[in-house]
Amino acid sequence: MVASCLRLERNLRLISKKATGEGLAEAAFDEMNGGPNGSAGVRSAYEGLHRWLGEQSPEFFNTRRSQAELFFRRVGITFAVYGDNETSERLIPFDIIPRVLTKPEWSFLERGLKQRVTALNAFLADIYGPQECIKAGIVPADLIYRNPYYRLEMKDQRVPHDIYVHIAGIDVVRVGPEEFYVLEDNARTPSGVSYMLENREVMMRLFPELFAHHRVAPVENYPDALLATLRSVVPASGNRDPVVALLTPGRYNSAFYEHSFLADKLGVELVEASDLFVQDDIVYMRTTQGPTRVDVIYRRIDDEYLDPLVFRPDSVLGLPGIMGAYKAGNVTLANAVGTGISDDKAVYTYMPEIVRFFTGEDPILQNVPTWRCREPAALSHVLANLSELVVKEVNGSGGYGMLVGPHATRRELDEFSRKLKHAPDNFIAQPTLALSTCPTFVASGVAPRHVDLRPFVLSGADEIRIVPGGLTRVALKEGSLVVNSSQGGGTKDTWVLDA
Amino acid sequence: MLSRTADSLFWLSRYSERADFVARILDATVRLASLPQSYAGESNEWESALAVAGDADLFRSLYSGANEDTVRDFLAFSPANPSSIRNCIEVARENARSVRTALTVEMWDDLNCAWLEIKKYDNSISREEFSRFLDWVKKVVLALDGSAYRTMLRNDAFWFTRLGSAIERADNTARILDVKYHLLLPATERVGGSLDYFQWTTILREVSALTAYHWVYRESVKPWLVADLLILNGQMPRSFANCYEILVRHLDLIADAYGRRGASQRIASGTLAKLKGTKISEIFEGGLHEFVTDFVADNNRLGSAIAEQYLS
Amino acid sequence: MRIRIAHQTRYLYDRPVRAMQQVLRLTPRDHDGQHVIAWRLEPSAEGCLVALDDVYGNRCHHFAADHPVSDFSLSVTGEVETQDTAGVVRGTVERFPDLVYLRDTDLTSASEEIRTFARDVAGGAGDPLSALHRLLAATHEEITFDTELTDATTSAADAFAARRGVCQDLTHVFLAAARQLSIPARYVSGYFLRGDGVTQQEAGHAWAEAKVTGLGWVGFDPANCISTTDAHVRVAVGLDYLAAAPIRGSRRGGGNERLDVTLRVDTAQRQTQS
Repeated sequence: MVASCLRLERNLRLISKKATGEGLAEAAFDEMNGGPNGSAGVRSAYEGLHRWLGEQSPEFFNTRRSQAELFFRRVGITFAVYGDNETSERLIPFDIIPRVLTKPEWSFLERGLKQRVTALNAFLADIYGPQECIKAGIVPADLIYRNPYYRLEMKDQRVPHDIYVHIAGIDVVRVGPEEFYVLEDNARTPSGVSYMLENREVMMRLFPELFAHHRVAPVENYPDALLATLRSVVPASGNRDPVVALLTPGRYNSAFYEHSFLADKLGVELVEASDLFVQDDIVYMRTTQGPTRVDVIYRRIDDEYLDPLVFRPDSVLGLPGIMGAYKAGNVTLANAVGTGISDDKAVYTYMPEIVRFFTGEDPILQNVPTWRCREPAALSHVLANLSELVVKEVNGSGGYGMLVGPHATRRELDEFSRKLKHAPDNFIAQPTLALSTCPTFVASGVAPRHVDLRPFVLSGADEIRIVPGGLTRVALKEGSLVVNSSQGGGTKDTWVLDA
Repeated sequence: MLSRTADSLFWLSRYSERADFVARILDATVRLASLPQSYAGESNEWESALAVAGDADLFRSLYSGANEDTVRDFLAFSPANPSSIRNCIEVARENARSVRTALTVEMWDDLNCAWLEIKKYDNSISREEFSRFLDWVKKVVLALDGSAYRTMLRNDAFWFTRLGSAIERADNTARILDVKYHLLLPATERVGGSLDYFQWTTILREVSALTAYHWVYRESVKPWLVADLLILNGQMPRSFANCYEILVRHLDLIADAYGRRGASQRIASGTLAKLKGTKISEIFEGGLHEFVTDFVADNNRLGSAIAEQYLS
Repeated sequence: MRIRIAHQTRYLYDRPVRAMQQVLRLTPRDHDGQHVIAWRLEPSAEGCLVALDDVYGNRCHHFAADHPVSDFSLSVTGEVETQDTAGVVRGTVERFPDLVYLRDTDLTSASEEIRTFARDVAGGAGDPLSALHRLLAATHEEITFDTELTDATTSAADAFAARRGVCQDLTHVFLAAARQLSIPARYVSGYFLRGDGVTQQEAGHAWAEAKVTGLGWVGFDPANCISTTDAHVRVAVGLDYLAAAPIRGSRRGGGNERLDVTLRVDTAQRQTQS
């Protein structure tokens, strides 16, 4: 453990050295201009885009941006905002300047993502099964058993084809030309893929000439890949021609647009729990022609709300009896119940070891160096360097229960210090990463803004599928590192150049 | 298809049809109200518009009296009135939103744009703007219907939208007759003269049939012919007879596709047979009001049967 | 002691219920000190009744009615032979390591107030067992038995703040406090033969079990302020009430429901005399 702390220490110095003195944006790697302050000159992947940006007037961008907004509003790609009665449906801001990745960069990411998701699935099958990784001391037993996302109901429960995470959204950040880190694994019901698809759609409409000059790998086959994935995991007792349905909490859910968009593209029914019923451990949907058996449910409802007979009894979004059907092996839920344990921040810190244990290979994608505050040496280090660190709550949903040291006030630091000492088990800490920046169109013109990337990884019984790219989220506020749409983040189209 | 999807398609069509109906009632009423008293008669045309297109009890709980201002507000804009034009468009759009996957882009676009647009209107607008607003509502519904007709696959999804609009149309025409039947009775003829003429033409306007009347009957406006046009004339899009021809046809298509017939097919074809086997003179002999009341009951029965058989 | 139980739960609905499903944890298992002689579970409506074990190893039944019902009752009758084991519970089905029973749930997470209470009560106790006995007495002392204020959804924190509740609430508070002291603890639902001769009861009983190193699981009944005895019939365990609930159900249609529970817990001998 001392060795791993020292390694982390070195990493931290490496990164925070860049951050001292100047703002993070200046210190950060810019994906168009290379090193900080454009010191390295325009990178080859961005040459065409750079030239194009220079040729256009601000009015051109303004017009295109309002055209894009009009497009999004008309297709209704909105997210609901609660407690705001005037505009209860809002657009996530879209930035019209794409983010560009080269083919070699993407191939590297793709290999890393496949390895990581393979490990996630093996890890889940193991902790809900033989628990070899606990016996081998890879992860501590208490971390699993005391975690509320470890669903006791799933222990020793086989899932069809042993696949747990059918759809993963792995959040990747970049800090240098060759340095990518996994910031977070989203293994429950990751969202955002509709933005990936619609962003491309609007870009192709607005800037056909740009696409003519770049060989951009397509993403439009994502729905086909998703459907193939879902059909591949049909339970043994299911229909030969599997019936797939997408289960949504309903149209008041903030991601409802995405649910209906995907159901449409997949050509499957978009169902609410009231459209379904369970009889003799088989799930049926109510149709105009009577009951129809459902084999695979792509559910966008959290575990807790899935079945009021097993989880939260007050859930009106859930389907009573669905867990019975699931446990009887008559329906596949994608993702499986209980995947939340694998993307918990406490488990995240063990991912490098988990990858090694289950794949027998060194991890291709690194974790962000992380201190587990449950370990006393790490805790004292974190307390001593709080103002330089990002502290995150384990079991948290991200963006709320966290402290960004460099941006925190004295009082916030003191308060988090107390929280940390009181319940160190609940926290992890990471260095403040200088996330890479991309040119972004803002009020003052084109300026660098921090970005991350969420590629979507599909795991079927047959293969792992990833469409090239993913969703790039951008922190629109100058200097901000928070890309979440709930906190003013926007999105960009993500290009993987095919040549 | 999911029962809930069919339900939403059915109701989105009913509500958009209702928006159009309320707009036409308001349009005809504005026109009638603008006539000099000696032509329009003593009756309060706003009261009568309310009786046709709204829930009078609900209205009275919200406003002190029926006049242009209050009825306009209630029928066109009030969020408290479930059948106000605003609510109709909102509910239609909500239904559309929950079944986006069953609609074509064109239909969604029509409804979503209408929903965005209607937020701009309220009862403070002038008479002129109001009349443009009513035209706009009618165009929205025309566009939506046109989009459905031109872009939807001819499958059960389309057929359920047709059922929704036909059953709503039949109900709307029946509501007009239910409130205004006395104007068409022979007894009122003795009042005679221009007064009733404008009431009758108002009824025709309410079903967009003033021109059609002349083409069909080639006569001056006679009350029993107005009733014939609204009830029995199969050429007239909003007549009972035509609505039931549409209902029977589409219920048959559904039954054939699903390979199962049920109560809704039985009720609809029974009602159509009744309409086909009746002459307008027999209706007047048996009592126009009784006939309309029976029809409303049959129409509601069909609505429940469709709900039971397909939508739940 | 031979304990005889007759427990009927009756639901009266305004309108017939179109579909109903229930998960029933109403069947005890054998363990050292408890032997089930006879047990019957009888739903009043026709339907599909399937027996299976839940994740904690409780014996469970799933019931789904075939036809609409407007008057539905579940009858449980049985006889259990018990012995006093001084609260120590052995020979049970254990599916998880004790660690699981340190988990917080919505119903049992400790408030600041409960944390202080746990610290104050256990402070100075030499070993976990005496800490638990102090906790048992203190919980019983602190919380007044009151059937009016709380319901099945009341959390330990809320019940403790009000200082009122029923056996379920006392048990939740005990669990929250014990887990604060890093002692694995779990909820038990079951039946209790009263010592005062009263046989008709309003509802089933609930108490806690805590894991004491060296001894194993030990039953603590905060409502009666005793370790469990041969008067306790243990039916189901779980992290909290929800996990061990005798009946969890869901239904479609039916409107309002009226619930009527009759429970008789008696010694078998006395039953035959009357």
